[in-house]
Amino acid sequence: MKTKRPLLKSIGVGLAVALGVIIFAYAFQVTDVNFETTRSEVRMTGLTRVLRALAKPELFTRDTTEVDIQTPFYLPCPESGQMEEIETGGNEPYLLTSVPCASAKEMITVEGYNFPPNSSGPINFLTASGVSKQLANFDSDSDGYFNVEVEVPNRQPVEEAQHIVATIRTTSGPLKWTDTAKATWEKIIETVFIALLATAIGTIVSIPVSFLAAKNLMKDSTSTPTNVALAILSWPAGIWVGLKFTKWAINVLDPLSEQILVALAGSILFAGIAYLLVRKGLPAEDIAKPTRKTRIIRNVFLFGSAVAGLLAIIFFGSFAKLAGDIITEPLGVFGFLGNALFLLGDITLMLAPAMIAVAVGGVFASIVGKFGQSLNDKLSSSSLKVANLIFTSLAGAVLFALIMAGINWFYQINDPKIVLYYPLAIGGIVGFLLALAVRPKHPLPTGLIIYTIIRTLLNTTRSIEPLVMAIVAVIWVGIGPFAGSLALALHTIASLSKLYSEQVESIDDGPLEAIQATGANRLQTIVYAVIPQIIPPYISFTMYRWDINVRMSTIIGFVGGGGIGFLLQQNINLLNYRAASVQMLAIAIVVASMDYISSKIRESIV
Amino acid sequence: MLEIKNVTKIYDGNVLALDDVSFNIKQGEFLAIIGLSGSGKSTLLRCINRLVEPTKGDIIMDDINITNASQDELRRIRRKIGMIFQHFNLVERSKVMTNVLAGRLGYTNPAMSLVNRFSKNDVEMALKQLERVGIKDQAYKRADELSGGQQQRVSIARAMMQNPKLILADEPVASLDPVLAHSIMQYLEKINKEDGVTVICSLHFLDLVHRYANRAIALNAGKLMFDGSPKDIDDEKFKEIYGKEAERVG
Repeated sequence: MKTKRPLLKSIGVGLAVALGVIIFAYAFQVTDVNFETTRSEVRMTGLTRVLRALAKPELFTRDTTEVDIQTPFYLPCPESGQMEEIETGGNEPYLLTSVPCASAKEMITVEGYNFPPNSSGPINFLTASGVSKQLANFDSDSDGYFNVEVEVPNRQPVEEAQHIVATIRTTSGPLKWTDTAKATWEKIIETVFIALLATAIGTIVSIPVSFLAAKNLMKDSTSTPTNVALAILSWPAGIWVGLKFTKWAINVLDPLSEQILVALAGSILFAGIAYLLVRKGLPAEDIAKPTRKTRIIRNVFLFGSAVAGLLAIIFFGSFAKLAGDIITEPLGVFGFLGNALFLLGDITLMLAPAMIAVAVGGVFASIVGKFGQSLNDKLSSSSLKVANLIFTSLAGAVLFALIMAGINWFYQINDPKIVLYYPLAIGGIVGFLLALAVRPKHPLPTGLIIYTIIRTLLNTTRSIEPLVMAIVAVIWVGIGPFAGSLALALHTIASLSKLYSEQVESIDDGPLEAIQATGANRLQTIVYAVIPQIIPPYISFTMYRWDINVRMSTIIGFVGGGGIGFLLQQNINLLNYRAASVQMLAIAIVVASMDYISSKIRESIV
Repeated sequence: MLEIKNVTKIYDGNVLALDDVSFNIKQGEFLAIIGLSGSGKSTLLRCINRLVEPTKGDIIMDDINITNASQDELRRIRRKIGMIFQHFNLVERSKVMTNVLAGRLGYTNPAMSLVNRFSKNDVEMALKQLERVGIKDQAYKRADELSGGQQQRVSIARAMMQNPKLILADEPVASLDPVLAHSIMQYLEKINKEDGVTVICSLHFLDLVHRYANRAIALNAGKLMFDGSPKDIDDEKFKEIYGKEAERVG
């Protein structure tokens, strides 16, 4: 046995090497590797031309002045023999032709004297009717002399003199930016701001998501089957109620909030009421267990505060929209501030229903959760099992029906049997069986389930390239930087949440334990033990992500997502490589300076 | 005041950490837990405030059964039990003051601590506790700027913010040098004597046990091997607790 081992091992190694060779040979085949093309002369000249153009970004230009020097020329030679005399000599530049007249297609020599040394420009034939045709270019020597052989063009024969004109082009004045450079500047600013917006939105969303996607925070949270079933039932109900209520409130308040002063007063008044009620409803400290009565009173205060807060949000949204609209004009250059205020109001009104729906869902779930907990504590195992069978069947039916409604939205099955009745029945049965199988008081690892779902969602989203997302976004909001921001924001959420959550998973458990031991609840533990530990990595990941987003937003323009990519692609397609080079240079400068700035910021904070 | 009844803890993978441990503690006792590393001292302490869920058995404090308390009850129980750790477990990037105030979280409304607000009383109390352990002047430094001994004093202040009836100290001096060890133990002694707080403290050095504890229990492989006065730990008992090859160092 022992003697065989080395042999087996060497055979194994040989096979591995052979496999490696085969894989790479196939890779050459598949990727179309062809070195013939790399040596071809035509391609080399093409490459040289492009590289040289790229090396000369079209950044600066000067004003050019043009001076025309002309000499009469006859086409054909006049029958009378009468021809204009040509002045020669002196210090002024002048032109001499080898013959004063000729017929079409003849070759003549054009000589120039006293031109500015080392100057250049075109030589044109100017007909009597004022049409010019370029014959050649001249380059004067250090004495200001040149001679060029040109062909007399085929033009309408006329009696009188026509002209040969040499145009002296001199550049003068200070260097100025080219139009390309100006357009590039405008677009690179846009690019940086696309990246900024996408990073900001991404960060705001990623932070809470990352806590849900962190295993060490989620693994300990468990719920009893009763609570899981009740949560599945209460969340959709709460969200539905929240949506309806907010829409109703916005409609009712609409006529009131059209007056800017009413809207302002309303938002301040209700925000104040909400604050006062919160102060009443939330005592700073609970020394003893509060009595039932005080708890009910507090909940009434909190409910009132929530309603007042909702009203305040709606009034504020309307106020911001109106105020933004009014101040945009008078602010002039700073009109964008007014616009931002308007957009803030618009976003508030747009997101209010969703946010409030989620909040109401949460409140419903927590109230029902308390109810479930008390059932759990008071009922005996067997009667709890009966309750569970009912709840879980209902929850299964609702869950399946909701999932099927989602599927139906995509596939448009629209058959009530398939879309509603079957899922209700199957869900009910599955729920029933689950409740039969699970011990009624045995907690389920809900934290891990949520963790897995969120991780899967993030991984799927992250695997979609931002370019593809940008195409979808362009269809949604139209071509422009907004589409690019949306696409990048979505991708940022997916990848930052993952990076963040891994940071949360790698924090020191000690402080977590210590804070929990003081009696802090989950939220307090996160605020006091988790957040202080993750601030430095979060900042550095956010900066790194901004850096990535700047780079990504340079190409997101290729599909209409705004930013500098659009210009770059246009210039490449027009074979205008010197202009494309300007955009590439701008990208390089921005990326390099982002890198520098982010490392400086990280150093100073971390 | 605390009854530990038949507590068993089996970790995932069938690791038996505590094996049917039972004992009682009276109000005001200073109880030392001794035993080798891995004998279940930390697990026992963590079962008391349910940082670790016991597999079997009951832990009853002042007639409340901790082992089956609901989340709300557990919060009220935990805030009466301060805890001190070997590695201090301070939030190093936060200020000393914030770390001490964190001891108050069990009393503070979660919505208030979301915006990092504590009442004036809490702030005054925190300063008083820091003064008591002699580092009031360090209150606004970052916790990781302090030395080990100072950090452990911060964590004592944090535990005292809870107004505890019971303090669990998990090898509080194991990562400190002997001089600092005595100073930390003296603070615990002071809390025990002056405030009447019951202290359960796991320790490695027997001289510390003799010097500070008025009762000791010993664990070996999760089993309770000894329960009595520290004076009664003779050589025979010692070998039973620490194994045949062990020799006394302190």
